[in-house]
Order: sequence, then structure tokens, then C-alpha cells
Amino acid sequence: MTAVTVKGLRVDLDGRGVDVVDLVDFEIAAGEVLGLVGESGSGKTTAGVTLLGDARRGATIAGGSIVLGGQEVVGLGQGQLAKLRGSSVAYVPQDPAMALNPALRLRRQLDELFEFHRPDMPEPDRDARIKATMREVGLDDSDAFLARFPHQLSGGQQQRVTLALAFLLRPRVIVLDEPTTGLDVTTQARVLATVRDLCASHQVAALYVTHDMAVVAGLAHRVMVMYAGRIVEAGPSSRIFGEPVHPYTRALIAAVPQVSERRELTAIPGDTPMPGRRPGGCAFHPRCKHADPACATTVPEPVEVVPGHIVRCLHATRFAAEPAQPAPALTAGRTGERGEVLLEVTGVDAFHGRKQVLHDVSLTLAKGECLALVGESGSGKTTLARCVIGLHRNHTGTMTFQGAPLATRARDRSRESRRAIQYIFQSPYNSLNPRRSIGETLREPLKVLFGMSAAKAAAEVAEVLERVSLSPAAAASYPDQLSGGERQRVAIARALVCRPEVLICDEITSALDVSVQASIVRLLRRLQDEEGLALLFVTHNLGLVRAVADHVVAMRAGRIVEGGPVDDVLDRPGDQFTRDLIAATPELSAVPTGDPSRLPLSLEDPT
Amino acid sequence: MDGRFSGSRRLWLVRRLLLGAAVVLLVSVLVFAATQVLPGDPARAVLGHDATPESVAALRAELGLDRPLISQYLAWLGHIVTGDLGQSLVTREPVAALIGDRTINSAVLVVISAAIVVPLSVFVGALAGRRRDRKFDKAMLVVTLGLTALPEAIIALLLVILFSTSVLRLLPGTVLLGPGQNPLGQPAQLVLPVAALVLGVLPYLSRLVRGSVIDVYESEYVRIARLKGVPERVVLRRHVLSNALVPAIQGTALALAYLTGGVVVVEQVFNYPGLGTTLVDAVNNRDFPVIQMVCLVFAACYVIFNLLGDVLTVYVTPRLRTAGQ
Repeated sequence: MTAVTVKGLRVDLDGRGVDVVDLVDFEIAAGEVLGLVGESGSGKTTAGVTLLGDARRGATIAGGSIVLGGQEVVGLGQGQLAKLRGSSVAYVPQDPAMALNPALRLRRQLDELFEFHRPDMPEPDRDARIKATMREVGLDDSDAFLARFPHQLSGGQQQRVTLALAFLLRPRVIVLDEPTTGLDVTTQARVLATVRDLCASHQVAALYVTHDMAVVAGLAHRVMVMYAGRIVEAGPSSRIFGEPVHPYTRALIAAVPQVSERRELTAIPGDTPMPGRRPGGCAFHPRCKHADPACATTVPEPVEVVPGHIVRCLHATRFAAEPAQPAPALTAGRTGERGEVLLEVTGVDAFHGRKQVLHDVSLTLAKGECLALVGESGSGKTTLARCVIGLHRNHTGTMTFQGAPLATRARDRSRESRRAIQYIFQSPYNSLNPRRSIGETLREPLKVLFGMSAAKAAAEVAEVLERVSLSPAAAASYPDQLSGGERQRVAIARALVCRPEVLICDEITSALDVSVQASIVRLLRRLQDEEGLALLFVTHNLGLVRAVADHVVAMRAGRIVEGGPVDDVLDRPGDQFTRDLIAATPELSAVPTGDPSRLPLSLEDPT
Repeated sequence: MDGRFSGSRRLWLVRRLLLGAAVVLLVSVLVFAATQVLPGDPARAVLGHDATPESVAALRAELGLDRPLISQYLAWLGHIVTGDLGQSLVTREPVAALIGDRTINSAVLVVISAAIVVPLSVFVGALAGRRRDRKFDKAMLVVTLGLTALPEAIIALLLVILFSTSVLRLLPGTVLLGPGQNPLGQPAQLVLPVAALVLGVLPYLSRLVRGSVIDVYESEYVRIARLKGVPERVVLRRHVLSNALVPAIQGTALALAYLTGGVVVVEQVFNYPGLGTTLVDAVNNRDFPVIQMVCLVFAACYVIFNLLGDVLTVYVTPRLRTAGQ
């Protein structure tokens, strides 16, 4: 039974005649999970919320039809939409911490749905339904818990409350907008399992919007891939991940790092074009290695390569006949004798106020080596990185660089040791001064560290920009004129101009799309091979660890639980925590369709 | 469990009360010091220019003006703490009796103004925030910007010109109140002073409310409330205002404190017998005990309004209220 049918959907930016999303057709059956995958700027969230008749400020649904339970949604007035939302179609947001009203208790926020959609339902029935739903999403159903305010819950619990809100009235359709992005992998695995069970048991049709291919691979029955506002490929999960046809889908899959095997990560050149700046013809053609002149001029029509598998590409039939070449698997990580030990951390205890966040942490980093530091949020991995760079003062223990002790605070360290250890921050959106041009940002360390003349510094800046695959002309631009991937390259260039020996990378790709992440990872590996840089790579992504690191240290609650060469730790994890982490990490290749047995349900919520 | 203040919040409240008392004490030092540097000798001001040096010296001794400053200050503070506010140098009346009535008169003015301006600002600000960038919002921004640019004295004078002189002769331009007379007995006389104070505070407060209403409207939880099918009027009342009023509480506290200061100018324009006119007269007459007392009352009002604002903010913000639990 079809729960929702979408035909020819188009969303425009107001007054500009520019489409964010166009030519979108799909339907979802009751009980089915449809994945909508795309990178930032692809229009996936915009397409998702149209099912609720919503368009973000400055955009409108300009055309097409959305039929939900026999009712046309496009063109409904606010009053009719309000009747529909929450009861027939529900929404689960990306960031639960922002999505729950901080001034209202949980019960009030849940009960509100009855108030407007089931005003005649008697109070005892409401209470019973609220409690049943709380149990279904794996939360405490006690009155005391329902009397809590959102800030008194953990992130995972908050996300479960948003699930309860969505499932409370048993809607026909539910739109999930990257609901696990902010969660740790183990929490993510449990939330995904809950979503899948609820959709199946209540026969709810789900549209799961995400940028994470691996999450969708384990959850969705069918998958749509979106690029520049168009569905470029759609089909059953097994087809999309097993026999992808569109060059974009193939490239996207090749860019996802896997925990199970080390593969060459292939980057997609360029960036996702934003609405209004999308190229004509096939929007992907400037980034496509198979593009020919026709691709630039002809808009491809959807082609059904096998029943149920649709590809929007001029050469779809040809590509369908020649399966994708899997990226070459790489042999084991660099092992063999270690180089000279550069950085040595011994017995570090660190504190936030009176709370101890690191317990007796020790590690060493050798020349030319990449050491990954993995753990969930709150495990202390970033605190450790900040101790090493001298930004976290409140700690004891010793740290040496090339045998010489490092002062606790960066400002007390010698200029030489500050130059030798450089830090790249997580978000390139906050780490670059918006009032300085890229050139100014890059010249500053040259002046401070090497006392370089302006002309010489300018030449140096041009050279470093080329090393991070940016045009030297980028020196004249300001951060807001660059994409996220370009900004992170600038942040890397900022570290490289100092000619460091150790580079600390703190989740540097977590704010970036996978195709961009792949290019950053390749860049780092090249720098490591060519210049013998040592990397301390902080991440929560085990696939990345496999792709970039030689050694890995797993942290939990401020302690190191396991460490060793990457392949040893990931293939034969010794500690239960590491095993859970690996089991909870979604994988592309493991099982083709949404198989409920894949995600570990046995893990209990630690809260 | 979380309806009341947590233990650490009670400690915080006690600390805030003590800090408030310390601020008032500090103000008393400043006020005392300031009256010392005012030009002119109170004894000579009282006795006039014809007084002989002997009589001036005698009065100075009687008033204790010949003693060291510190002991003068401590004696003054001791008297206030024990409830003796001293005597006016000019009329020889007790200060308590002199400013008692007038404090009530000013309080009437401030309370009525606040009772009008706070709901009005919330209404205007919420409406403008909800109709952001539409006609009402734009008009409101222009009008409030204009009003902000005008000092209260000018607003008050414009009101007098408009409503009680050449243009319209609707309302009395000055207030005629005998000592001990209740201002509420003659409401027509209150209209213009209250209007002047309201117009002085309205721009600030309504813009503040507008800004915070817009911020909350942009928030994710308001979007979610809409996507839950909550009707628009309930979204405003339940989801927007409950969160948008938190910054407005702080703003109201500041506005009330500002009103208390604003009465000085407005009372003077309308010749309203309140604390403001008392202060101006006392400064003209070098009537130090009165100046000091009025200033202390103003300072205490500032401290109290800010404290109330902070306590109320904590009380309506669950995250703050339950901190430390």
C-alpha cells in the first residue's frame, strides 16, 4: 500500500526563479524505509520537509504534487496543513537539543499533539498512549521522567523523545532528517534500530534523509541519491550499494572509508554546486570523469536500467553494462621499524574544574607516523590533543618533544616548539578569522616565526596553497568566499607554512562531506609520505582510522583502553569497548538491505 | 522536585542579597563624598549671604560639619541604620516626613507607567516580531527610533505643547497637588507625566521584545512546534513568548530602574511633587540630608529591580532554576 506519492516536485527560492529541488518523483509504501542521500547543498532536506508541506524561509513549493493518504498536500492552507502535521505526517529533526522547547516539560510537549489532533481523547487514554510510546522508543515511562525538562536528558534520550513525538499519533509517513548526526556510533546504532522496529511494527512509511551512505545501507529498503536538486539514481538498497550505475553514486561510495578493509579513498574533484550556480545539462558533468560534450548541454532523462532501478544519466545503459571498478584495496598500513620518537606523553592526568577527565594517559608519536586517537564524545580525546598543544592548562604529567620537556601553556613554550607542533581545528567555519584574507592569515606565522619579508612570504603563501591543491589566487579571498572543504585546506595550509614536524588534527573532516573528506585524507597522506610529517589524528570515525592511521589508541572515559597497529586493533579488538565500537559502526558492504539483525540491539543505554 | 529553587540557588540568592546591600553601602559612600564636593557651604546656604562668620561657625558646629569626614559619614550612616534620617537643613523638618509623601507620589507615577509600558511593549514587540519586515514592523521601528532619539524632557515638553497649550487644551500641563494629597484623586493630572515616562521607555523595551521574539521564531523548536501541527496563535503564546520573555524580564528590570531615574526630569517639567522635584530643590538649596536620602532611595530601587529581574529570570528558566540538582 502506497503511503505517499510525490510527482514532479519543485521548490524555488522566492523571487529568483532558481530551483533548489526539481523533477523529484518517488513513492513510499507503508512500512518501507526510503533513504534520501546527498551531500550538503544537494537539496535533500528541502525535498524531505515538503512532505509536511513546509519550505524553509525564503523558499516555496513551486510545483508538483504530494499525495498523502489520498490527500493533496501541495497548495493546502496553513490551517489544513496544521491538521495534517503531527498526525498524518511527522518530522524527526537533526538536532534534538535545539528541537525541544527548553521551557516545557516532556509530558507537555507530547500531550500537545493530542490537544490539537485528538481533542476528544480522554486523559487516561492519552496518558496510556504517551507511556506506551515512551517504552517503544526505549525511554523511562515514569511520571517523574515525563516531568523533566529537555536539558535534563542526554543527547541520545533527547533524540528518543523526538522519535516519541513523531510516532505518538501513529502517522502514515515520517520524515527523519539526519536524526543521528550528533550522536555517538553506539547511540546511533540503538536509535536506528528503534526507528526500524517502529516503522515495521506500526507500518509507517519513512523517508530517511542523510549524508551518511553507511547508515542508509543498513536501514533503508530503497535509496535515492540526490545531486544538485535532482534524484540522480534510485533503486533498492542492494542495487545502489551493490551495482551502482550513476558516476556520482559510484564516486560517493568510493569516497566512504570502511572499517572492515583499507581501500584507496577516491575524492570527487570540485564542490557541490549551490542553487543558482548549478551547471547546465547534467549538473554533475564538471566533476564527472566520464563526461562528454553532450553532458554539458543535454539534461538527462531518467532511465530504468532494471525494473525499479532508475538512473538520470545520458550514459546510464552503458554504465549499467560495465560494473563499477571497486577502489583498489591497499595492503597493510605502514609497519616496520618506527622512526625517531618525536612526541612523548607520559602519565597525563587532566581536569575540567574539579572533575578529572584524563587518567594516566601515555602515548608516543614517531616521525612519519599517523597515530589515531579514537573514542566517543566525552572520552577525553580532544582534551588530550589540547594538552599536547598547550591549550589545556589544568593537567599534570610530562610531555616531551624530541626529548625536551614541553611547558604546560603554549605561551610559555619556545618559539621553536610552537612552530614544530601545529593544530588543525574541527570546524573550518570557526577557525579562520573572517576579517582577514587567506593571504593575511597565512603570512602572519611566516612573519612571526621566520621574520620573513613581505615579498618572500607572498611567494611562500602561493607555494603552500598549491601544496594543499588550492589556486594561489585564493590568497586574495576571504573565508566566507570559500566552501567548507576549501576552508579546511586553508586551515591545513596555515599549519603547513610553519613547517611543522607534528600535526594535530582534531576531527578535521567531521564538518565536511565525504567526497571532500576523501580529498583531505589523501592530502594528509601525501604530506606524510613526502615530508615525513607525524600526525596525531583525533576522530570518532573508525573507517577514517583504517584509511589514514598506522597506529591507533582507543579512549574511553579519559582512559586508554587499547592501543596498537591499526590492523591489529580493528581486526582483533582486545577490549570489549573497542569491539562494541566496531560492531556499532555502520558499513556499506556488509549486508545489502535493511536486515534487522545487523545493528547491535543488545547494547543497553548507559544512561 | 524542580518546581522550587535548588539548594545551590538558595545560596546564590543569599549571596545576591548581600551583594545588593554592599552596593547600596558603596553608593552611600559615593553620595556622601559627592555632597562634600558640591560647591557652597550648607551653613552659609541656610543662613544667607548676610550671615556673620560667627553665626556660620556656630551652625557648622551644630550640624557637625567641623568634624572629620569619616566620623561625619559614620554618624550619618549610623543614624540612617537606626531609622533616623535627619532633618532638612532648610525647613528643619524631619527628612522622613519630607520625602515620605513624595516617595509615594513618585512610586505612583512609576508603578502606573510600568503597568502600562510593560504589557504595551510586549504587545507591540511581539506583534512587530511576528509580522517581521511587514508594514506594522517597519512603522514601529521608525517610530521607536525617533522616540529613542528624543530625551524625555523634550518628549514631556512636546506633550505639554500638544495637549495643554496652543494646539489642544485637553489636559493640565502642570500638576497641582497639595502636601498629603493623593495623586490618584486627580487622574487627569497624571496623564501627561505618565505618557512622557511611557514614551521614554517604550522604544527600548518594545525593540528588545521584538528582537527576542524574532530570535525565538527562528529557533528550531518553534519550527518543530509548527511541524507538530500546533496552530500559529498557540505557537506564539506557548512556544515563543515563554522563551522570548526571558530577555524581556532583564530589560524590564533595567527599564524600571531607568523610570525611577527618569522621574527626576519628568517631574521637574510637570512640577510634580515627587522625589525628582525634591532632589532638584534640595540640590539648589544645598540641603545635604535630603540629597543623600533621595539618592540612596534611587540606588536601592536600582538594586532591588535588578535583583528581582535576575530572580524572576532564574525562576522562569528551567535550565537555570534546576542547576546544581
